[in-house]
Amino acid sequence: MGVKQVVKGNFATAVAAKLARVDVVPAYPITPSTLFPEQISQYIANGEMDAELLLTESEHSAMSAAIGASAAGARVATATASQGLKLMSEMLFIASGMRLPIVAAIGNRALSAPINIWCDHSDTMAERDSGWMQFYAENNQAALDLMLMAFKIAEDHRVLLPAMVGLDAFVLTHTMEGVDVPLQEEVDEFLPQYKPLYTLDVKNPMTFGSFGTPAHYMEFKYQQWEAMNNARKVIDEVFKEFEEKFGRKYEQVSEYRTDDADIIFITMGSVSGTARAAVDRLREKGIKVGAAKIVVFRPFPHERIREIAKKAKVLAILDRAVSFGMSGPVFADISGSLINEEKRPMLLDFIIGLGGRDITFRDFDEMTEISMKTLEAGKVEEPVHWINLRKELLEGGA
Amino acid sequence: MEKITIGAVITTPGSSLNYKTGSWRTMKPVLTPENCIFCNMCWQFCPDSAIEPADPREKKPIRIDYDYCKGCGICVQECLANKNPNLKDALEMVPEEK
Amino acid sequence: MASDELFVSGHRGCAGCGMATAVRMILQEAGPNTIVANATGCLEVMTTGYPETAWKVPWIHAAFENAAAVASGVDVALKKLGKREGVNILAFAGDGGTFDIGFQALSGMLERGHNITYVVFDNEAYMNTGIQRCSSTPPYASTTTSPAGKVIPGKQGRKKPIANIVAAHDIAYTATATIAYPADLKKKVKKALELNAQGKGPAFIHVFSPCPTGWRYPSEMTVELSRMAVETGIFVLWEQEGPDISNRKVSCPPKEKRKPVEEYFKLQGRFRHLLKMPDKIAEIQKEVDEKCAKLGF
Repeated sequence: MGVKQVVKGNFATAVAAKLARVDVVPAYPITPSTLFPEQISQYIANGEMDAELLLTESEHSAMSAAIGASAAGARVATATASQGLKLMSEMLFIASGMRLPIVAAIGNRALSAPINIWCDHSDTMAERDSGWMQFYAENNQAALDLMLMAFKIAEDHRVLLPAMVGLDAFVLTHTMEGVDVPLQEEVDEFLPQYKPLYTLDVKNPMTFGSFGTPAHYMEFKYQQWEAMNNARKVIDEVFKEFEEKFGRKYEQVSEYRTDDADIIFITMGSVSGTARAAVDRLREKGIKVGAAKIVVFRPFPHERIREIAKKAKVLAILDRAVSFGMSGPVFADISGSLINEEKRPMLLDFIIGLGGRDITFRDFDEMTEISMKTLEAGKVEEPVHWINLRKELLEGGA
Repeated sequence: MEKITIGAVITTPGSSLNYKTGSWRTMKPVLTPENCIFCNMCWQFCPDSAIEPADPREKKPIRIDYDYCKGCGICVQECLANKNPNLKDALEMVPEEK
Repeated sequence: MASDELFVSGHRGCAGCGMATAVRMILQEAGPNTIVANATGCLEVMTTGYPETAWKVPWIHAAFENAAAVASGVDVALKKLGKREGVNILAFAGDGGTFDIGFQALSGMLERGHNITYVVFDNEAYMNTGIQRCSSTPPYASTTTSPAGKVIPGKQGRKKPIANIVAAHDIAYTATATIAYPADLKKKVKKALELNAQGKGPAFIHVFSPCPTGWRYPSEMTVELSRMAVETGIFVLWEQEGPDISNRKVSCPPKEKRKPVEEYFKLQGRFRHLLKMPDKIAEIQKEVDEKCAKLGF
């Protein structure tokens, strides 16, 4: 049994890194993730954590140092957000290609331009092909728990992939919530020391980061593909073990009142709580709605999405990011998951909450209205809708 | 077939020895062993570690490893016997024969 | 070949590659208890084509601009894991990965004070991508992006004085070296690694590395050109321990013994156009003489 503490999301991920006995934390400050390295430095200064904090001159170097440290056999964690994640981007692909199980806490924040420090998912969504596993926390407890589990999943030799845990900017990173902080001995039992497959060792010299020609490159990429597929099973195993040990249940996708729902909202991150409350409210009005929260976005939970899709007539997908000229990325991936199904629901994409715009019950009412109209029409006229858009500010707007 | 490693790690140090760069040569250095003065400049400057050093105590001259020698000619250029007008040349470049 | 080589045969470097010789010399001095973090570039490409490696020391490459940052990560990880004692950490990068794209990561590593020796192999252009100009490219050198044309005679602008800039970080040791002087190069490597081992902080060695492919000269002239760069005063050998510039030990031929820069230029295709431009040669000769004079030679 842990200790109840009221903490910010960034504290939750930092305490998870401490409990995970992380060896090296390379970091560079960026809003809204800066509290993570601050908290780690405080732990080290207080003698509460035995780790090397490497304060680099950029996020690019932070991820580069993470790669060097991980290859040397260390358990490595870092935190960043938004532009910082973009500057790291080159190295994200290299970390996954080198199969280094680095864990990063990402304070999901909008991308410039215009510069904006508030929440959306554009930063991590743009890294969805980086070969990192992606977990999205709904609250600070989940941020802590997913961070702990991320190490165990990433370091599993069937996986050996880096992982990022997304927590919504400010909504989680800076908001105080009650969190059950597990005891060190419980975490030690759950998460043993990292056992790397290969390390930089003068007694057994190996070459890391070699040059892959067309004769081998594709097979290395296939290995990553397989590792990501293996991760699905490992994630389920680790979620189960975590539940047995700590009593908190996690699923790759969790459902709420979906069984007889005509419309199911699909969410990720902190808005999921609002979605459940909105479902209750709409149900009281007699509207058959449900909600499903995607916790694991990479590897994408195809099977779970297909199961959930079977229940609904409309999937109302909330996207806190946009792929310009396409749709929201979650919508695109769900569409891909369902395309070969004989029967599938109608899919609606709601671009919502970009750059920190609040998502409220009124928005759920609006999405429900569009969903119900679609239901009545029996076909999708326009799949992508921007919700709570201030049309009066736009040329030609009301 | 050797299976690939995870993450393209190469676990056999020095495995480039499997690749014989000697086939690149169009010219090759040839040693006149009795003219070698054991200075080992050729060994020191060879970019391809293709020269086994001389042992002055044993009066053992250098040896060129044609498996790897790319024929750059640095050894011939830097040979101290070659540079000394009072000594006979120890190394010379000759066209590679098929 | 010689069984104690840590950088072995079979690598795909061009015939006469000056950098390959430099790497051999450096590892001969550093020995087997050495880990190398290598930037993207010729050295990485020519030595690690999967599944073959020319390295017999632990070696890591991640990207172009970050050898210093990767090495920093290795450093702190080994420290944390209790494996740092007795291990040398070398960061290897080319001039592109050091003077240009890796400059920020290098500066960060120097400022943080890691006990790492950073070696730049300077062949004065982006050779791996096909001889493009770099901030390391000397004035008037013809490259594929600073071609000598009818109007513009090769690279415009100066060569970035990288070793001076590095020394200005007040680090433990800064030196310049080249393969024509193996004893000098190895002595400097030894000094750098000793200071690292004593916990005095970072060391930096600027190794001038002629490139037959990029400079367009016959491959046997690699060592001769590195020697001539020194004998003309174009590349000055020096070392400096600690931040005090008055500790800088410079070795440069006196004016009367210096070879004319033209002799160096005429051996290389990249300067061939200058041979018809005596004013440009005179301009460089003047600059070299002024630089050497400032150093007291």
